[in-house]
Amino acid sequence: MKPVIDYAELWPLFAVFGVACIGVAVEAFAPRRVRYPVQLVLALAGSIAALVGVVLIGRDLSSGGSVKGEVVMMGALAVDGPTLFGWGLLLVVAIAGALLFGERRLEGGVSAFAGQAAALPGAEPERDADAVRLDHTEVFPLLMFAVGGMMVFAAANDLLTFFVGLEVLSLPLYLLTGLARRRRLLSQEAALKYFLLGAFSSGFVIYGIALIYGYAGTMSFAGIHEAISNNLGNRTMLLIGLAMVLVGLLFKVGAAPFQAWTPDVYQGAPTQVTAFMGAATKVAAFFAMMRFLYVAFGSERWSWVPVLSVIAVLTMVIGAILAVAQTDVKRMLAYSSITHTGFLITGLVGARSAGLLTDNEITSTQSVLFYLVTYSFMTLGAFAVVSLVRDASGETTDFSRWAGLGKESPLVAGVFALFLLGFAGIPLTAGFAGKWAVFASAMSAGLWQVVIAAVLTSALAVFFYVRLIVVMYFHEPEGEGPSVALPSVMTAVTIAAAAVVTVALGILPGPVLDLAAHAGDFIR
Amino acid sequence: MTELHPAVTTLITSAHGETVVPSVAEGIYSLGWLIIALPLAGAALLLVGGRRTDRWGHLLGTATAVGSFVIGLVMFISLLGEDEGARSQTQHLWTWFATDSLDVGFDLLYDPLSSLFVLLITGVGSLIHIYSIGYMAHDERRRRFFAYLNLFIAAMLMLVLAGNYLGIFLGWEGVGLASYLLIGFWQHKPSAAAAAKKAFVMNRVGDVGMSLAIYLMVVTFGSTAFTVISANNHGASEATMNAIGLLLLLGACGKSAQVPLQGWLLDAMEGPTPVSALIHAATMVTAGVYLIIRSNFIFENAPVAQTVVVIVAVVTLLWGAVIGCAKDDIKKALAGSTMSQIGYMMLGAGLGVAGYAFAIFHLITHGFFKANMFLGAGSVMHGMDDDVNMRHYGALNKVMPITFLTFAMGYLAIIGFPGFSGFWSKDKLIETAFVENTWVGLAALLGAGITAFYMTRLMLMTFFTQKRWKDPETGHEPHPHESPAVMTVPLIVLGALSVVGGIMLAGNWIVDFLAPVVGHAEHHEPPIPALALTAIIVAVVAVGVAIAWFTVGRQEVPRVAPQDVSPLTKAARADLYGDAINDTLVVAPTMSLARTLDSLDRHVIDGAVEGQGNATSGLAELLRKTQNGYVRSYALSVLAGAVILALALLAVNW
Repeated sequence: MKPVIDYAELWPLFAVFGVACIGVAVEAFAPRRVRYPVQLVLALAGSIAALVGVVLIGRDLSSGGSVKGEVVMMGALAVDGPTLFGWGLLLVVAIAGALLFGERRLEGGVSAFAGQAAALPGAEPERDADAVRLDHTEVFPLLMFAVGGMMVFAAANDLLTFFVGLEVLSLPLYLLTGLARRRRLLSQEAALKYFLLGAFSSGFVIYGIALIYGYAGTMSFAGIHEAISNNLGNRTMLLIGLAMVLVGLLFKVGAAPFQAWTPDVYQGAPTQVTAFMGAATKVAAFFAMMRFLYVAFGSERWSWVPVLSVIAVLTMVIGAILAVAQTDVKRMLAYSSITHTGFLITGLVGARSAGLLTDNEITSTQSVLFYLVTYSFMTLGAFAVVSLVRDASGETTDFSRWAGLGKESPLVAGVFALFLLGFAGIPLTAGFAGKWAVFASAMSAGLWQVVIAAVLTSALAVFFYVRLIVVMYFHEPEGEGPSVALPSVMTAVTIAAAAVVTVALGILPGPVLDLAAHAGDFIR
Repeated sequence: MTELHPAVTTLITSAHGETVVPSVAEGIYSLGWLIIALPLAGAALLLVGGRRTDRWGHLLGTATAVGSFVIGLVMFISLLGEDEGARSQTQHLWTWFATDSLDVGFDLLYDPLSSLFVLLITGVGSLIHIYSIGYMAHDERRRRFFAYLNLFIAAMLMLVLAGNYLGIFLGWEGVGLASYLLIGFWQHKPSAAAAAKKAFVMNRVGDVGMSLAIYLMVVTFGSTAFTVISANNHGASEATMNAIGLLLLLGACGKSAQVPLQGWLLDAMEGPTPVSALIHAATMVTAGVYLIIRSNFIFENAPVAQTVVVIVAVVTLLWGAVIGCAKDDIKKALAGSTMSQIGYMMLGAGLGVAGYAFAIFHLITHGFFKANMFLGAGSVMHGMDDDVNMRHYGALNKVMPITFLTFAMGYLAIIGFPGFSGFWSKDKLIETAFVENTWVGLAALLGAGITAFYMTRLMLMTFFTQKRWKDPETGHEPHPHESPAVMTVPLIVLGALSVVGGIMLAGNWIVDFLAPVVGHAEHHEPPIPALALTAIIVAVVAVGVAIAWFTVGRQEVPRVAPQDVSPLTKAARADLYGDAINDTLVVAPTMSLARTLDSLDRHVIDGAVEGQGNATSGLAELLRKTQNGYVRSYALSVLAGAVILALALLAVNW
């Protein structure tokens, strides 16, 4: 059979990968001084073009109330409503990521990435690189490769593509994590940990894929669904396979008991990378997880819903309790992201009779899609603000150094407080609307135990978010107090956009909720 | 089920709580949103405007509150002109959430119940704004104070004007935020910051109940609107209704400082006194009572929850009263009293249709006389160099005549002196309690006696007995003086309202006015004739006053609180060990859990991160650390997790 490539539906994906490849060529051939502007423009142009493409394709595929999906590339990818929604969101996050990566004003004319990553920290080559103001502009192609991998991951319709997407998105992130200009040891340690553990969990995934293939005799999600419906083969093998693949997915989203890497990596990575990764990885992994569970394992719902419910509760409780004990802003936000993973899984298990596509399943998908939008923007904004609060040695993330920020810079402290209130789910912020959606979805699926745990955790979570607000506004600064560096317009725009979305989706969540409903269902 | 005759359906409805059937607001009622928007705009302007608005900020803040009051008053007068059936107006501002299965609008509901609250909040609120102009005159952050006050007023109005539970929740969180900001307003005092935190945390516990109740409503009724829930309330099982009712009660306990979530109110007195008067006496703390009465269509179908409301109310009304007896801090004594009086209102709310109207009646008269007394206390503190200890007062009636006279009006009202507003409202509540259950009635009666005792004690220690102004150690002696007119005029207005507030009961007006919202109860005769019962109540009050007169008024009041006191006094001074109970049962276990988990996280799982401070110590150090087993222990946890996950999936299938 002759392979067919559906360019009409896939060109945003090719645009992203194409830009990434051109970026590599630019690194090889362009003179050093033009690389930064060229790479930045390429990354932005590629993401924007792809975003436009996603909108156009969404328009083409729309019919009646929802998007009519298509399985393309010989069944490897599914371009349906959720895929397009996910691609759109990923590309918006990518644009924000490119803007943040391009920030050069905070470090006095150089980016937040190491001048020469190969140099030993503290050694002479590092000082030389700093002296001539070297910059790793490879971060832009790396960003685009990661985005491309995420787009594949979110659309993967068979297990092989799923695995390829997972690896393509992960490898650039491991590298990006280790590229911090300041505190390089911490950054490299984080990268190494992330890589080792990521590789370890990928091993589980590939083993799980083998077991599932052994059961179903096919890699395609639709085929697996068929095999499960006809109940062929050894169910133990199938369930162990499911568990192994879930390990990889739960690792990527940072769910308990696979969350241990999150705080270290979030803290060690350059803050701009953390902002991008915190938002985008979660988006991609949740889309992949939903497609994998709803499409391939929809009729196995009775197996995975109870297990994931327990994981949801465990994840949010562990995240919230440990966040209470944190005194570092980035680390606290990392634990908070673990808690939010728990909330997202709460929405995900709200799927009612997946397999039979009822109205209620739309609600579950819709709630998770909406939550991902709110969470992405708040995460981008919050970490972008973290990159502004600095002292002589770079960013300063200890709570004690944030005391008195409210007086030093009311605007920055106010915006950060807004994001924290959003994370906490205070009414009239996007976070409230998102929480409302996922909890209501789980509640209508009858999982009231999970919702009670989620509401209790939210109450606990408010405590640590508000504690930081109190530190910023009501504590006297120690010594000189924090200083807020003036960012370039790129970081400023990102923060402003995130803040606007956080407020707008709190007051008027309707349009985005409608869009999520319009996205419809995962197709087979 | 066969079709019922319409008349029968109506009967069933009225026996199970009133159905909310509002008409769309037109004419003057369409201005409802402006009542909330005015103070909200004031708050925003003052916060964003910064120092530029310092000079006139307090005037703007006061103007917005007065503006809301005027609109509220015009709407109220026009509401009185409407037919009884047409007194419920709804306004749909925009759609908040719209999904396939759930629609939540940003709706306002203006009906007799909310109309009274609007008047109370904006009326007393305006007076307190005016008073604060004088009280906060020397505070350099006065503008910010008015911004927070405006924010509070807006949130509180949102709470009482909302047409669905999500709207209430929005206001609920808003008043919590404003209250937090205002309790901790004098942040330079560590005690104020701690009190703000405590109020915040305890209110979160209540909020959890509130949010769970709302989710449960969504699941049961597919809506959070009063209209939908009240129309379908017999469709749900009694168990569900009880669950919703109990969860709402938990929310109400947090906001209204009812046992077991009462601990924050006494500490909240760290805030500026106008805040104590407005938020922690007249309005916010009564939100719980509002919530329960607004939810009458739920509680009428939830007998268990209703009984629990009565139990909570009785415990609290005695608890607060006992605390009030032992406090030497004038504001804390008043706070104990507030707790106890809200217990009375809760009692009315728990008694069902018979008690709702009287609970609201007491809520309003209490709003008058308690705000009056708090502001009076503020006036006294103003004259006494911010000393709050009543043992340092004495014989202030001569030097502060206006404060004294207005305070006396409040005092006579709260103890229930015949003819004063509190007399009418408390009398009705105790009478209704006796109809319901003799023991509950006796407890309420005992509470009235204790109230008379502690209020007389407070009155005597402050305005009578001998002068104890001079501090023997430092030799400092304050020179008490009457406060300026901007502070005494609100006192006079509130004093007058404390006297005549009872007029609302004339011709049973308030009961009939609220009947469309809370239902109309058949009148039951109390076990003994009402007049005799009134006489007994007055006699019990007289006994309380007499005891105070003989133990406080006729004796020398020591400047330092004596320590060799009865165990009961000791317990009451320590807030009946409320904090100790919370600490042992909740705080200590939680903190030790968090600490254990954190140390586990730090030292067992990721000790490597501890190296963050010495990032320059070379790659060797890093390698040593990464080879020290830390990543391995992460990997081990991944492996263990994978095994558990697989076993769990298999277990689910067996």
